[in-house]
Amino acid sequence: MSLPLSYNLRNLAVRKTTTIMTALGIALTVAVLLSASALVEGLRQAFAASGHPLHILVTRKGSDSELSSNFARSVFNEIKFKDGIARTASGEPMTSLELVTVINLPSVESPDGANVTLRGLTPVGLEMREDLKIISGRAFTPGRREVIAGESISDRYPGARLGQKLTFGRGDWEVVGVFKSPQLARNSEILCDLNQAAGDFERNEVLSSALIRARDPVTLQALINDLSADPRLNVSARTEKEYYDLQTSSGDLVKFLGTFVAIIMAVGSCFAAMNTMYAAVARRAKEIGTLRVLGFSRFTILLSFLIESLLIAALGGLLGILLVLPLNNITTGIGSNLTFAEVAFQLRVTPALMAQGIVFSLIIGAFGGLLPAQNAARKEILSALRAV
Amino acid sequence: MRYLGLIFKNALRNKRRSFLAISSLAISLCLLGTMMALYYALFFGGPGKSQARRMVTRHKVSLTFPMPIYYRDQIRKIPGVKEVVTLQWFGGVYKDNRDQRNFFPRFGAEADRLFTVFADYRIDESQKTAFLRDRAGCIVGRALAERHGFKPGDKIQIKGDIFPFDLDLTVRGVYASDEGDDENLYFHLTYLEEALRNSGRSFAGMFTSLAEEPGQVARICKEIDAMYANSSFPTKTESEYAFGLSFLSFLGNIKVILMTICGAVAFTILLISANTMAMSVRERVREVGILKTLGFSKEAILGMILGESTVIALIGGAIGLAIAYGLCAAVRSGPGFLQQTKTLTIQPPVLLALLGLSVFIGVISSIIPAWNASRTTILDALRFTD
Repeated sequence: MSLPLSYNLRNLAVRKTTTIMTALGIALTVAVLLSASALVEGLRQAFAASGHPLHILVTRKGSDSELSSNFARSVFNEIKFKDGIARTASGEPMTSLELVTVINLPSVESPDGANVTLRGLTPVGLEMREDLKIISGRAFTPGRREVIAGESISDRYPGARLGQKLTFGRGDWEVVGVFKSPQLARNSEILCDLNQAAGDFERNEVLSSALIRARDPVTLQALINDLSADPRLNVSARTEKEYYDLQTSSGDLVKFLGTFVAIIMAVGSCFAAMNTMYAAVARRAKEIGTLRVLGFSRFTILLSFLIESLLIAALGGLLGILLVLPLNNITTGIGSNLTFAEVAFQLRVTPALMAQGIVFSLIIGAFGGLLPAQNAARKEILSALRAV
Repeated sequence: MRYLGLIFKNALRNKRRSFLAISSLAISLCLLGTMMALYYALFFGGPGKSQARRMVTRHKVSLTFPMPIYYRDQIRKIPGVKEVVTLQWFGGVYKDNRDQRNFFPRFGAEADRLFTVFADYRIDESQKTAFLRDRAGCIVGRALAERHGFKPGDKIQIKGDIFPFDLDLTVRGVYASDEGDDENLYFHLTYLEEALRNSGRSFAGMFTSLAEEPGQVARICKEIDAMYANSSFPTKTESEYAFGLSFLSFLGNIKVILMTICGAVAFTILLISANTMAMSVRERVREVGILKTLGFSKEAILGMILGESTVIALIGGAIGLAIAYGLCAAVRSGPGFLQQTKTLTIQPPVLLALLGLSVFIGVISSIIPAWNASRTTILDALRFTD
């Protein structure tokens, strides 16, 4: 026979100040953990949604990022006619030679400037990014000093808004359009004409990378193997998806910091919960004695107090979730470990994260409640009844 | 003051509760202490003695663009500039870069000027001479040397990625720094120049200059940038300290993150402490009635309860600080690319702020129950059953 849950609920309601204070302490702990996880989750989603499944990114062998890759035009010309490459409507191979670098622009958050990725590409490269939509202005004209900026960039960097001029290379570049792509990482880039940029930077022969679209998943793997194995080319080939996955680790530091702080706070909250529960046990000594006289077993009493502690913790967990919910969809930027530039993304408080928060709070409740519950269960009937 | 004994006795009446309260306060305060120490080091710490005289010049567009090599001599002629060294970031891969520890800065530099500009570097004279003599030699920072077990005579190979060749280096010396800047590898810039002879690229990635006096840094920075403002390679010059901090924003909005964590922790402590005191006072209402009957004044009772909670909070704070010292030491010895974390410790202002906060929490958390208890009439108090 177990004690009804309403017994615990009423007890909590009677001591509402203590209950709420303990729960709030747990709520803040959960909130710290969840904010860090929301950031990492947002970053993961941003990169998970990026990259075309049939795209292969080719860089110089040993280069993990496009930025540190020096990719010769002659190598590109050899790759261009490999088997298994998809063709555009006009019959050209879907291969795009690209130049990637970073430029420093003042942003809303850091007026001293943050790094932004600048990518030079050819009309084919633009065609291969078919999900990219110009939302205002127009596309850049090849051969001119014009750029188009991703939505996240033009939102966060006043210098990259439509009609503004950016200064790099040998002069001013006009922002003629703003684009948006469902591939979130793309929105953090500025695009311009490859040859114009290569001329400005004196990098006509040495560019950064090549993007290739395979005809189908089978040729995709064959192409990757073919490219990586060719000693003359001396290149690394990986899927575009894989490249973006690597960048998710950019949030590692924040994740580590958040988890570390949350765990230490959890230990503190555990002690606080223990204190609350010990007080509850001490105050209800007589009651416990009465329950024992009525025939409730020691185990039932242990369980009942443990449940009470878990209830406080669950309330804390719920409050914690409420605290972090406003963070959902807030846009922020973090430096990517691979591109050396800022990637904008949105914090995500997903249902899975919420569940994680509840579990975390229940763990605190369980540790905090176990000893006091044992203490309650061990009380001798007579001494318990005699207590004042 | 004469109630001090009573206050201590009261704090110990429920040992388990006091122990739990002190533990949870200590844990939260140690966290707060570490975070505040970090915040202080990053945003109030200021540069070290020799770092305060250094500034960094880079291409205005971004670090990835090179500047003409002759800028070095032009910058050197600016009044107040003592010496300039060219630093070229090599990038590259040591062993396998999936392991974070294999990532450390590697710079090509003019070896003879390096030690003048980085006045905080200490190196054995014989090692220094050995490095200057060997064009394929390199020196490594002490922290880096300890992490990878590098010692003079060891061979290091760095595979090139930005540069189209590999570096084959021999460790010639280990340098130490008074200011925590001991994670770099430096090799001879001439090694790079020779390997790149045919490409004709100018490759000064950045210039680090040393001013004669820290006070001149701001003026020199402006003069350098003004000199190249209208050239095809405009520059951006800032103090080395500001340059280092600009990498912080790369990790996300650290300032806001640290502030939020500190706020959440401080509020949690307040809750824990207030809760404990409320419970402790409620248990004791009858006793307050007896004290009053014995002639204790309202103020004395108020003071005793406030005092008890302050004593508990201060003990928790002191233990927390001791743990925070330990945590700071752990952070110091951990790998970090920020100089500031290498000398992380609890500075006196942080120490004072934390102890002040402990007292504040002790008082605030018990003020309401103490006030109520002191105002309960003797009759009500004696009649009270919990």
